[in-house]
Amino acid sequence: MTDKLVVVGNGMAAGRLLEHLTETDRDRYDVTLFGAEPRVNYNRIMLSPVLAGDKRFEDILIHDEDWYDENGVTLVSGRKIVGIDRAAKTVTADDGAVTPYDKLVLATGSDPVMIPLPGHDLPEVISFRDLDDVESMTAAAANGGKAVVIGGGLLGLEAAAGLNGRGMDVTVLHLAPTLMERQLDPSAGYLLQKELESRGIRVITRANTKAIQGGRHVESVLLDDDTELDADLVVMAVGIRPNATLAKSAELEVGRGVVVDDRLQTSDPDILAIGECVEHRGTCYGLVAPLYEMAKVAAARLCGEAEATFVGAVTSTKLKVTGINLFSAGDFAEGDDREEIVLRDASRSIYKRLVIENDRIVGAVLYGDTSDGVWFFDLLKEKADVTELRETLIFGSAYAGGAPLDPTAAVAALPDSAEICGCNGICKGDIVSAIADKELSSLEDVRSHTKASNSCGTCTGLVEQLLSLALGDAYDPAAIKPMCGCTDLGHGEVRRLIVAKELKSIPAVMQELEWATANGCAKCRPALNYYLVATWPGEYVDDQQSRFINERVHANIQRDGTYSVVPRMWGGVTSAQELRAIADVVDKFEIPTVKCTGGQRIDMLGVRKEDLPAVWADLNAAGLVSGHAYGKALRTVKTCVGTDWCRFGTQDSTGLGIRVEKFMWGSWTPAKVKMAVSGCPRNCAEATCKDVGVVCVDSGYEIQIGGAAGLDIKGTELLGKVATEDDAFEAIVAVVQLYREQGWYLERIYKWMARVGLETIQAQVMEDLENRRALFDRFVFSQRYSQADPWQERTKGRDAHEFAPLADLTLQEAAE
Amino acid sequence: MTERWHRIGHLDDVPRLGARCVLTPFGRVAVFRAADDEVYALEDRCPHKDGPLSQGIVHDRSVTCPLHNAVISLATGEMEGPDNGRTRAFSVRIDPASHAIELSLEPSSAEFRRPEPESEPA
Repeated sequence: MTDKLVVVGNGMAAGRLLEHLTETDRDRYDVTLFGAEPRVNYNRIMLSPVLAGDKRFEDILIHDEDWYDENGVTLVSGRKIVGIDRAAKTVTADDGAVTPYDKLVLATGSDPVMIPLPGHDLPEVISFRDLDDVESMTAAAANGGKAVVIGGGLLGLEAAAGLNGRGMDVTVLHLAPTLMERQLDPSAGYLLQKELESRGIRVITRANTKAIQGGRHVESVLLDDDTELDADLVVMAVGIRPNATLAKSAELEVGRGVVVDDRLQTSDPDILAIGECVEHRGTCYGLVAPLYEMAKVAAARLCGEAEATFVGAVTSTKLKVTGINLFSAGDFAEGDDREEIVLRDASRSIYKRLVIENDRIVGAVLYGDTSDGVWFFDLLKEKADVTELRETLIFGSAYAGGAPLDPTAAVAALPDSAEICGCNGICKGDIVSAIADKELSSLEDVRSHTKASNSCGTCTGLVEQLLSLALGDAYDPAAIKPMCGCTDLGHGEVRRLIVAKELKSIPAVMQELEWATANGCAKCRPALNYYLVATWPGEYVDDQQSRFINERVHANIQRDGTYSVVPRMWGGVTSAQELRAIADVVDKFEIPTVKCTGGQRIDMLGVRKEDLPAVWADLNAAGLVSGHAYGKALRTVKTCVGTDWCRFGTQDSTGLGIRVEKFMWGSWTPAKVKMAVSGCPRNCAEATCKDVGVVCVDSGYEIQIGGAAGLDIKGTELLGKVATEDDAFEAIVAVVQLYREQGWYLERIYKWMARVGLETIQAQVMEDLENRRALFDRFVFSQRYSQADPWQERTKGRDAHEFAPLADLTLQEAAE
Repeated sequence: MTERWHRIGHLDDVPRLGARCVLTPFGRVAVFRAADDEVYALEDRCPHKDGPLSQGIVHDRSVTCPLHNAVISLATGEMEGPDNGRTRAFSVRIDPASHAIELSLEPSSAEFRRPEPESEPA
């Protein structure tokens, strides 16, 4: 007589189990399959493409009715098993029907976690687990409206992208600081967030949901910071929990899931468990590959193969959202005994990171270009020794054939059509022929003749390799002007390497780039501090001891050791109240000199250092904040009175100036940035000798950059002309961000412009509007961490040691 | 000569690669803390143009003056590089048990090993 096999659950694991069983020995068991969903077996991981509208339900069916007939499987769908009688070896369904078994396989899967927030039981709060959920979402999306997705993991983001594609206005709430933090590192999480935002999906990280609000229907979602988001639909995708209820009621051993051994056997030898309901060696799995592996092992066991074992699995993840390429596998936490190889191409949003331990890949994160994901994953699973491949590993399998290559050989192996400089679209062939034809011998030569490596500089290493390939020993990279005596590297190289090697602290830079001194000097430390602040906003902790005194105490040191204090006056506009407060401070602290600056501000000179916090406290009380007159930072936006008052004004120059200053204050820049907005070509704000200037005309806004009126006198050059204030605003912010990313420390905008070329700036800011937006967004991101009034922080006690002497020995000595 | 030591604070009161001032009958004295927690004390006046050295950037065993970037040795008070000039150095020590910083206002022994500067700063 044929043994009876009962399978509880008809998901991916069960489906795969039956395939293996029927292929191996169709007639071994008399199989009865119970599925709670009222339908046949389908590919659950393809629900996202169904939601996105890329696939139909029919496309993701695995087994149709005929398959069960042909393979002699009795399918009972829409029936839930509610009890197991292990002594009698029967299962009981929710309709009371009792089915006997000889062998039982539990494949009860998992349940979505629903956080028991107030309002979680409203009808429009759904999970993303099965086809019913997809149908609910599709139906809701048909009416448009707003959706809030709680959870920025794999499923949440797939749901968000699907709903966004169906025309809903989607916000993703995520508790952690970056998306998919379990699969991605913060860098890749950040790129992913930008991509989603560029599609119109709003992402709020560090978002703690307090309640879902509404009477009979969902109306809004409330966060614990009291942000309220309107919502017609809420998708909760915060995770899954193994469904072990049935196993527990049958008194099988249950931890987080149904506990199984390497044979996938539960604590009852006649009962096996597979899939997401399982806990194996302390791990519960939620991705499909290990579930398939379990199905294979369980099938082999059921067919009598005594050796088949499941020993756990390394998992890899791909996000199934059209147009987003993302892959992660293994473990990519940092560790002392771990090394990393990172490749970034900012202009193409490519990020690759491999984590190496003991010469083996233990983790991989790929964003933008995932073509080598499978190859890396194979190396990871096989624990292959990558020593031989190491130098070119990050470039992928294409460079790994045959003999080990050094990086120069890898560049040599590139075809002439390979793009070296993404910013300027320069191919290898262009550079090689320019080196030969024009007898170029240095990086600067290549930059000026081809423009390669002339913009963001991330391809500098490749260009140098092409030079040494072409010139051999005749190429002398030391022709680069070093940053200072502590290093042979120039500013450009240091900036590039900070990004490429992900150096996130001054000690890391000095160690990795082989600084010749223990802790740098007064030239390189402020430069490195700026590069790190600008490159890793929110991550890098500003090193006060590497800042020049003015930026450390937020005032300007004077020749006698006193300080000057300049409060911000937005756009140069002030009021009686502000002036009164300044006058009071001058009286109270007996400040000897009060003077107007060239940037339309009031400067109080001769303040004793010990008095600074008290002076600031009084100014703060009147609403006056730091004017950053002391910093390599946004200084002033000077304006004329424009259409407010002037009979010649063509636009609201005062308004634009104030808008720019209020948006950009607090940002650190390679050197000081002074701006101005003039309301007509008479140019009363002198915008054409500023770092960034705007000259308003009847038909719009001329954006000017690269002026100077100091050591050098230089008129600006026209970056471009735009029609609306919003466009002018975006372009101004974007060009400053580009400068923040490319400029060398102490290099004013006019020098930066001379180095990289006005055309490349125009191409990135005025022609490539997508790039302009990306620059703008990066500036916004960075501002999150820089717009706190440093004066107010210090009146509240920050860095108090800066302002008080350590000890006073004058009295002590006098008394003796 | 017996030196008199004044307790002026705790090592942690001075930031690494930073400095604090002490008011003395001879004017301000800057107490520096190097990366390896060695401490040094100099008169808070740059030999070049009297800049407050306590406000400079500290690196290795030197400080760069905030006014005109003169580099001064913390150990000797002498200007480094081609420039001539020297500021007074004072003896300072750390009590190994309490990590209290102790300063002596007697001229540092280092000063006796150095020739007098050619001219006193203005």
